[in-house]
Parts: sequence; structure tokens; C-alpha cells
Amino acid sequence: MRDNVMTAGKEIAERENSGRLTIDSIRSAIIEDRTTATALAADFFERIRKEDSGIGAFLTLCEERALAQAGLIDQMAAEGQPLPPLAGVPVAIKDVMVTRGVRTTAGSKILDNFIPPYDCTAVARLEAAGAVILGKLNCDEFAMGSSTENSAYGAVHNPRDKSRVPGGSSGGSAAAVAAGMAVATLGSDTGGSIRQPASFCGVVGLKPTYGRVSRYGLIAFASSLDHIGPFAKTVKDVALVLRTIAGRDPMDSTSADVPVPDYVAELEKPVKGLKVGVAKEYFGSGLDPEVRAAVEAAIQKLAQLGCEAVPVSLPHTEYAIPTYYIVATAEASANLARYDGVRYGFRAKADNLSQMYRSTRDVGFGMEVKRRVMLGTYALSAGYYDAYYLKAQKVRTLLTRDFDEAFKKVDVIAAPTCPTPAFKLGEKVNDPLAMYLADIYTVTANLAGIPGISVPCGESHEKLPIGLQLFARHFDEATLLRVAAAYEPARR
Amino acid sequence: MKVTEKDVAYVADLANLELTEEERARMLRDLNSILEYVERLSELETDKVTPMAQVSDRYGMDNDESRKGSDRFAYAIREDVKDALRKSLPHDVAMKNAPDTDGTFFEVPKVIER
Repeated sequence: MRDNVMTAGKEIAERENSGRLTIDSIRSAIIEDRTTATALAADFFERIRKEDSGIGAFLTLCEERALAQAGLIDQMAAEGQPLPPLAGVPVAIKDVMVTRGVRTTAGSKILDNFIPPYDCTAVARLEAAGAVILGKLNCDEFAMGSSTENSAYGAVHNPRDKSRVPGGSSGGSAAAVAAGMAVATLGSDTGGSIRQPASFCGVVGLKPTYGRVSRYGLIAFASSLDHIGPFAKTVKDVALVLRTIAGRDPMDSTSADVPVPDYVAELEKPVKGLKVGVAKEYFGSGLDPEVRAAVEAAIQKLAQLGCEAVPVSLPHTEYAIPTYYIVATAEASANLARYDGVRYGFRAKADNLSQMYRSTRDVGFGMEVKRRVMLGTYALSAGYYDAYYLKAQKVRTLLTRDFDEAFKKVDVIAAPTCPTPAFKLGEKVNDPLAMYLADIYTVTANLAGIPGISVPCGESHEKLPIGLQLFARHFDEATLLRVAAAYEPARR
Repeated sequence: MKVTEKDVAYVADLANLELTEEERARMLRDLNSILEYVERLSELETDKVTPMAQVSDRYGMDNDESRKGSDRFAYAIREDVKDALRKSLPHDVAMKNAPDTDGTFFEVPKVIER
């Protein structure tokens, strides 16, 4: 009996290769006794051991915790109890979300030995819904980067072409889903860190509205811009994970007390008659011709589905990157002041306290983190505050108003997620500004707080995935997901 | 060049960073290149624009414009603090990640020089 179940588990795991293993298919396989959560978890760990040496997505595996959870699910199934919505689903978590008893590094040497005493709310909610947490995923240090090359634990390779970056900063989260090492993952997005890697790896990635998902237990980078969101292979799975993690959390005062719709049920509603905005500012110079062609074809597909394409203008778009890099680094310089070697994390040896702070941060932080802390400290320092930080906050208002105006006319806005497909490892590491420009189409949604999603919309001639990005009004993830889900089968 | 070597040393000091000679040279180059790009913000007239510190101030959490001051942030009141204090982490759990502790306090190198 046991052997049969194990074999069935293997078959199901093999289906993952073709992308057919979904949250619903896992749940029904367990209910119908075609596999067990334990067998499935074991198969995923085996797959990770085989595949991940060439990718580098995982930093820590938590087998004990995963098998304990899988055992609970199997027991519930054996007793005929109703299974929760994510029962037995193998998931993994970007290593910027704290996990009780499981090492959490934020991709930094300064947290190399940090074992958190509590769970991030989003992680706790996934587990409460039956998900099995396999481990923690590689990322740029403190989520600062667009290629996952800034991790202190080595770069992640794009499963679609291992000579290329998976995007960043949630590169491990996107790569794990793309390589079939997890069915869904959580990432964080401060300037595009979910959508950009989703686009580069050919998976679906959602940044919800600011306030939609609790950030309790998310290691802070830039608090007015940080978001938690899901990755999966299908829009429906992303909707299922969002439904699980969304909603007010008393532990995060920025989480909104706004009702959470049944995002999965909303997917069934028709998209006919919805207005899709197209902003010329997202199709200017610097956009790769193949990306442009794929995104324009996607917009035509949406028109065939009954949506109406409407030109809109987002006139301040060219100011988004400079605004973002002032606001984000200013907040980061304050948030990262806590890493001083006193209460947790790495401490350098020194004779006096002030030297200890400096040496700890000098050794513990990588170059990009130091660069951003320096830039943010400069922008906030006496004499420069008005010229940089206050100015950026004012332009942030202008960028947000652009969306306010556009959403008076349209329901969603369609754009490329990134100007190019995945670039080569090492290509941009020595040019921070070139790296920052990889986020040119994603940062504005963080500044304005609106939801954004990236869905695969084609491939370049080199077989590299291309992403279609959609934006919607604040707290209108339902429409965003509905349009993305309608597009998904139409593309194939 | 807007940022000078002196600025780099001053800002590093504020940020509690030491930086090697090589890192300071890179910082000088990178900060100037990034700030030169940021310069384009000055093209925009923003004298009458309200600065935006956070999204929740404008959206979602409370759109009731008639409420003023701290009332607009009523949503941010933590129930656990308002009604009863939430239990803290047990002392030993909180100290578990400390690099140096006597079991009760965090220990650090000497603060006051004689």
C-alpha cells in the first residue's frame, strides 16, 4: 500500500515538469488517496537535491517542519476530515520573511546565524491553510537588487538559461517555481522584486495593493514600498495564495481593514467590456523590440476577448526611477540602522562600542547595501533633505496622480514588465545605474501602492520568457487577476 | 562632481560605516553617477505639490476626508495594545540570538573611556 502511494506521489511530482501540478490537483489527489502530503513533500525534497545545485534557489531546507505539517494533513485525510484549501501544497519562502526556529538571513552575512523566535504572518497563514513549507529562498541582500547577484550566499541561475540571471530581488522564489521545486512561493516587492523575476523566469508573480497583505515578520527594506506577494505557474494558484495571505492583521498597523473577496470565484466573471489602458510612456526607447511585439500581441488578444484598448497617459513615468531610488534608499538607511551587532546577528570584535558598530556593519553588509545606505543617508542629511528627499516625495504625489487620472478612464493598464528578457549573469554588476534601470516599468506601482501582476506572454528568439504586466486600482486585485486569467489560456 | 571625498567620509560616519579606501573610491564614483541621474527631478515644478510619505495616508485604509489628525489613523491602533498588553517573548527566547549576553543583559564592549 505504502509503495503504491509513493509511486503515485512520484508520478504526480513528475507531472510538475509539465506545469500541470496545481494547488487544486494536489488537494484532490490527497482527498482521493492517490498520494499523500508526506510522499509529495519527500519527492519535492528529492527534486530540490537533484536540481538546485545548478540553480541555487534554496538557502535553507526545513524538512522536519515540512514533514510534521505533511503528517498532520495526511492524518486529517485519513480521518476523512475536510482538508484546508492549500492542503499538502509544497511551498517555499523568500528568506526575508522570518520563520520560527528556521534560519533567516535576508541574503546577508549580518544575519548568517539568525534564528527568528516567531513566524511572519503570511507564512503562518499559509501553514494554517495546510501548505507544507519546504525551505527558504535565496534573494538579493535585504532585497536590494534586480538580479539576485547581491546575495551573500551566491547568485541564483535562471532555470530557463543558466547563464542568465533569474531577476531579483526574489530570484530564488521565481526560479524555484520555474524549476518545479515548489508549487507556489512567497516573495517581496519593493520596486519590482516579484514581477521582474516572474517575467524573467516565465512564471506568474503578483504584487498586491499596499496594505492588502500583512508585513509582520517581513525584514524591512523600505517600509512605504515593501509588499509581500505570491509566485505560481498559474493565475488561479496565485489567486488561491493571495486569498490565504490577504487581510487585516492586528500585528501590522499598515495592513488594511478592507474585505478580502473570493479571488478564485472572481476569476469566473467575464472580461468583456473591461477597458485596458495602454500608456505610450511604457513603450518608449529602451524597450526591446521582441518584448514590445509580445506585449502588443497580448493587448490584441485582450481585445479579441472583448476588452477595449484605450490610450492613457502617465506623463511622469520618466521620473519614477530617480524618485524611487531616493525614497527607497532613505527609508533603507533608517531601517538598516538596527543591524549593529548588539541584539542579534553577526558581531565584529572591537575594543569599544563605536568601533564595534562600524566593523560589524563593514564586514556584515555587502557593497550594494552599503551603497544604498550611503545614498539614503546622504539624501536625508542636513542641507540635502529638501533637494532630494522632500523633492522625491512630491514627485511621488505626481506619479500617483497619473494613475488616479488614468483609472478614471480604464479598469486595468497593460505594459511590459521589463524592458528586456533576462540578462546575462555579471552583465550589470559593475554598473549600479544600469541595474536600477531594469526596474523602470515596475517601481511606479510601488510608489503609488497599486497592485501589479506579471504573466508570461511569449518568448524571445533565444527562448527567453517575456512578461505582460497589468496594473489595477487600489484593492482591485479581483479585476487584475480576472484579466490575467482570461489572457492565460488565450495565449496558448 | 557633486559629492566630494569629504562628503563620503562624513556620510559614512553618519551611517556607522567605516569603508575601505577602495570602497570609498567606488562610493564617490557611484553616488555621483546616481545623483546626476536623480538631478532630472529638478525639471519638475513642485512648489504647490503636497509631499507623499506613504500610500495609506491617501488610500484604502481610511478615505474619509472629514476626519482630521490622528482620527484618520484610527485604523492603526493595535487592538492588542489598546485592550491588553500582548505577552512579550520570554526573556530567554529574546536573548537567544544575542552575540554576547550574561543571561540577563546584552553585553557590549566598553562604552565610556576613562
